[in-house]
This record gives sequence, structure tokens and C-alpha cells, in this order.
Amino acid sequence: MDWQALSLTLRLATVTTVILLVVSVPLAALLALGRSRWLAILEAFAAMPLVLPPTVLGFFLLVLLGPRTAIGRGITALLGHPLAFSFDGLVIGSVIYSLPFAVQPLVAGFGAIEPALVDAARLLGASPPRIVLTLLVPLARRSVLAAAVLSFLHTVGEFGVVLMLGGDIPGSTRTLSILLYNQVENFDYSAANRTASLLLTLSVAALVAIYVGSRPRGGRRA
Amino acid sequence: MLEFALDAQRGSFHLRVECRFTAEWTVIFGPSGSGKSSLLRLLAGLDRPDRGQVALNGEALTDTSRGIFTRPGHRKISLVAQQPSLFPHLTVNANVSYGLCGIGGNRRASRVAEMLGLVGAEDLALRRPQDLSGGEAQRVALARALAPLPRLLLLDEPFAALDGVASDALLARLQIWLKEHDVQTVLVTHDATDAFAAGAEVALLREGQVVAIGPPGVALAAERARIMERLRSS
Repeated sequence: MDWQALSLTLRLATVTTVILLVVSVPLAALLALGRSRWLAILEAFAAMPLVLPPTVLGFFLLVLLGPRTAIGRGITALLGHPLAFSFDGLVIGSVIYSLPFAVQPLVAGFGAIEPALVDAARLLGASPPRIVLTLLVPLARRSVLAAAVLSFLHTVGEFGVVLMLGGDIPGSTRTLSILLYNQVENFDYSAANRTASLLLTLSVAALVAIYVGSRPRGGRRA
Repeated sequence: MLEFALDAQRGSFHLRVECRFTAEWTVIFGPSGSGKSSLLRLLAGLDRPDRGQVALNGEALTDTSRGIFTRPGHRKISLVAQQPSLFPHLTVNANVSYGLCGIGGNRRASRVAEMLGLVGAEDLALRRPQDLSGGEAQRVALARALAPLPRLLLLDEPFAALDGVASDALLARLQIWLKEHDVQTVLVTHDATDAFAAGAEVALLREGQVVAIGPPGVALAAERARIMERLRSS
């Protein structure tokens, strides 16, 4: 077992999930409760990674964060190293790639909350952040759990973006899915089996957590 | 004093009203679909009019021509709707104190206790909204709306879930408290008996327009005649 790849994968998925929740909760609240028709464009951009091939997204990010663009050069000057082929670069790629998996359950959960409750909070002087934190998040906690688990899982299993943006650097960008690819390429099927089984176990455990968390106490209602 | 001149188109419905309410209690009477709830939402700032102004005690809260719009919650206006809309994950205590975040712990607790006492819901403090009856939930919603000490209280048929005796008793207590705290009140109803019982100025709303305003006996003369006729014929 490549513990380094496992540790890196879990670290990447955890950091990505935390960032995604911080970004997605206000974004989803805006999409669910906002009335402007321009929000449809924002929603389309947030959903784009669902239909964009990961390699295409990885390629664009590689070019954007590389030395050929002003943004890439600016980041390199700021951090002292380029973001491409680094753990930080992988985090940025993962956040963008997994964004719809966090945003969409949250939009569905927030959208199902009775608008009169939000009106009541507004009338009592609650600011938008307070409405999100004290009303939307607690009332849609199952959606928040689903968003967190889906983001985590999606990041754990991501391959195309990681390969394009991070390559295969042990300890820095070699995740479990890259390791699995290497093992298959080297015909090391017993090692590949162990890696694939680990990924499968992580996925099943996370999905069980979602379904247990979203099941009403006392069983499913009729 | 509440003054407003509002013009709002909602689909095929057109609300066009211009009024000045000077009485402590004003009842807006009108049949279902006459625009009563839409008017309250515009006054509370939950919706924006296409054109118009709202001013409370001389202070402009909405003025489309001058680009003024004070957000709900910053108008010192409270609204109690027919559906109590209590926050289901919070206790009654936490619901009532939700609008008191700028007030310190002891004062907040005593204000919550005072409000629950006013509506006769002291013993419900630790319950969750799902454990309350419709009437209890309405009382708590009223306590929650009064807790921030509004300057204007908007009531959208809030006593519908209470029986007549309980409703009258609550109304009597409420009127005394509102007078003591100088809170102007606008109550909307489609029940003419509410309009007569409150003993207030009455505005008659029909198809999005105020068609009569004055004492109940004057503004609701036609409605009174209709009720009397029905009683005689039954």
C-alpha cells in the first residue's frame, strides 16, 4: 500500500471539501433565493464542470496557471513557485471540478425551504449571512452533508484534472487514482486491486454516510 | 402616521393605492384576492413597488422616485401573517429572541418573557413549533413580531387559528400593550366582524384599490347591510 498516495489523496479531498463548503454555501444561497435573471448565467458556470471533460478543464487550468499567462506569472511571483504541478494547483483544480457536486445539492436543499421562513428572518432584521448560517444551513443540513460527501468522494476519485494539472509527482501530486493508473500500466494487478478496493471502500462508506444521514429518524416516511 | 401611494403590477393583478392612516388601529377589509396581503408585503419592504412611496411618521421608507428603499428589518415594521412561519429548528424561546440579537442577555431574556406573557404563552417557552397547536403557534408568532418593539405592526389575519373568545381576549390585551408602547397597527381581514370588533378606522380594499375609508359604520355600511340581510333571511 502506498501510504503517501493515500495520505495525499485524503488531504487533497479534505482541503477541497472545506474550501468547497465555504464557497458553495453562499453561492447556493444566492442561486436558490436570488431573483435576478442574471443568476442563470452564474448557475450555468457553476454547473459547467459536469459536462466539461476533465482533461479539457485540466488543460485550461494548466495553461492559465502556467508561465504563459499574466495570471500564472503573477501567482508564481506571489508564491515563489508555479501552481501547476503542485499540491496547491491540484486544490484549485479540484475545487473547480467538484464545484457542481457541492452547489447542486445545496441549491436543491435551500430551494426547498419555505420562503415565508426567510421572509420572517428578514423582517426580524437578519442579515443575509445570518439567514444562511442560522436558517438555511440548519434546515438543509442533510443537503450540506450530501454536498460535503459528494465533494469529498468526487475529489478522491478524480483523475483527468489531476493528471493534466499535477502530473505524477510522488508526495506532491500522485493521488490514489494516478497510482492505480500507474499500477495497471505496469501490469501490477495485485497492487492495482488493493488500490481499487480502497477507493471502492471509501466510496461505499461515504455513500452509506449520506443515506444514513438523510434518512428520517424512525424510518422513511410514506 | 403611515402614508403610502403604491403602484404594483403582479401578473394580471394591479394594486394601486394611496392612503394616509392616522389612527392607532386601522383595519383593511376586503375579499380574498383584493390585494390585502400584497399591500402588507409592500409596506413591510418584502416586495418593491413599480412606483410609489411609503413613509412612517414622516420618514421615507420607500420612494422609487428618489431611489430610497429601506430593507425589511430596518424599518421597525413587524408583520404577522396567517401562517405563523416559526423557525422549526428553534424552541419558542429562541424564535422570540431571534430579532433581539442587538440586546444583551438579561434584557433579552426579560423581553422574551414579557412577550410570551403578553400572548399567554409562558409555558410554551421550551417547546418546538411542531409541538404547538395552530393557535399556540400564532400567539408565539405574534410575540416574536412584537419583541423588537416595532413602530408599526402589520397583522395579516393572524387570529384565524384562534377561537372567538381566545381571539377577543388576546386582542384586548394586545390593544392595551400597543397603546402603551405607541405602536401603530394595521390589521387586514376578510371577516367584517373583525373590522367592527376592533373599533378602528377601516379601509375597504377591492380589486387592488381603496374604495372607502372611515369609521366601520361608514366604510362598511354596504357590508353591514349585507350581513343584516343574511341574518334576517336565515
